[in-house]
Amino acid sequence: MRRTLALIGGGLLVAIGLAVFVSPWADPDPDGLERVAETQGFAETARDHDLEDGPLADYGVRAIGEGRLSTSLAGLVGTLVTFGIGVGLFGILRRRRGQADMRDHAST
Amino acid sequence: MHIPDGFIDAGTSLGAGAVSAGGIGVALRKASRGLSEEQAPLAGLVAAFVFAAQMLNFPVAAGTSGHLLGGVLAAVLVGPWAGVVCVALVLGIQALLFADGGLTALGLNVLNMALLGTLGGYAVFAGLRRLLPATPTSATTAAGIAAGLSVPIAALGFVVEYALGGAGGAPLGAVLGAMTGVHVLIGIGEGVITALTVRAVLSVRPDLVHGAAGLRPPAAVVAGTR
Repeated sequence: MRRTLALIGGGLLVAIGLAVFVSPWADPDPDGLERVAETQGFAETARDHDLEDGPLADYGVRAIGEGRLSTSLAGLVGTLVTFGIGVGLFGILRRRRGQADMRDHAST
Repeated sequence: MHIPDGFIDAGTSLGAGAVSAGGIGVALRKASRGLSEEQAPLAGLVAAFVFAAQMLNFPVAAGTSGHLLGGVLAAVLVGPWAGVVCVALVLGIQALLFADGGLTALGLNVLNMALLGTLGGYAVFAGLRRLLPATPTSATTAAGIAAGLSVPIAALGFVVEYALGGAGGAPLGAVLGAMTGVHVLIGIGEGVITALTVRAVLSVRPDLVHGAAGLRPPAAVVAGTR
């Protein structure tokens, strides 16, 4: 288990590294769907996002403006939040499986 | 491939949301059965990695970028159902925290990327694993091909949704052709990234790779970890 935790720690560092150091250099061009919407003429039908005024909207930290540092910080927060919720969620799922197993054994 | 609010009408979005909710419910139940003590935190890592990787847009054509979807990568590492949950979790966080992907469109995005792309891609992976020899190289190749196909599969989901309730009146044939074309290209990137990542994990901890079950020679021998 310790070896696995080491792997997970290393993997998390890789993910953080990507989100912090590589994401500011990501291609800013519109993605495939956006491009298709533009060329096919339905791009303008997009509505503003309900949460577009959020502090992290569009992968930037609003409080420090736009730019690479803003993107890096947003990436760091997102990666850590996803990791935290993910570990918590799958931990809960595991515990519920344990309970289901116990119920199955109790009824036999 | 994150659909913003407005592209697809409310009825289709709601319908997709209902299907997605059902699909995620099934995935949560099935994922909980397969989780070992080690795989639970590993699945959390996979979700975090998918989030980070989805920020890394790469060029695929003039004026167009793509990014990793990550569904097949997640499914090969932690199993198809946990993989579905990982991608859905990332999509939810992206929509709620980063305004990436509409809120009413979340059901559409979960359906296309977390369900269709991930499960469709994993089905290809499982089929290829049955056909190919049980070696780490074949498993890696299967993961790459499956990941490459998962992206246009997810894109087809959008085309169907557009046919049912798309705005703007674009001709369906043109949308189909354009979506398929660009997402086949993005799929190439997806396939390469997935194959490299799977190979990397196989070389250090093959025992943790769900899709590596039954490989001969045991990848552990190749990595010298026995």
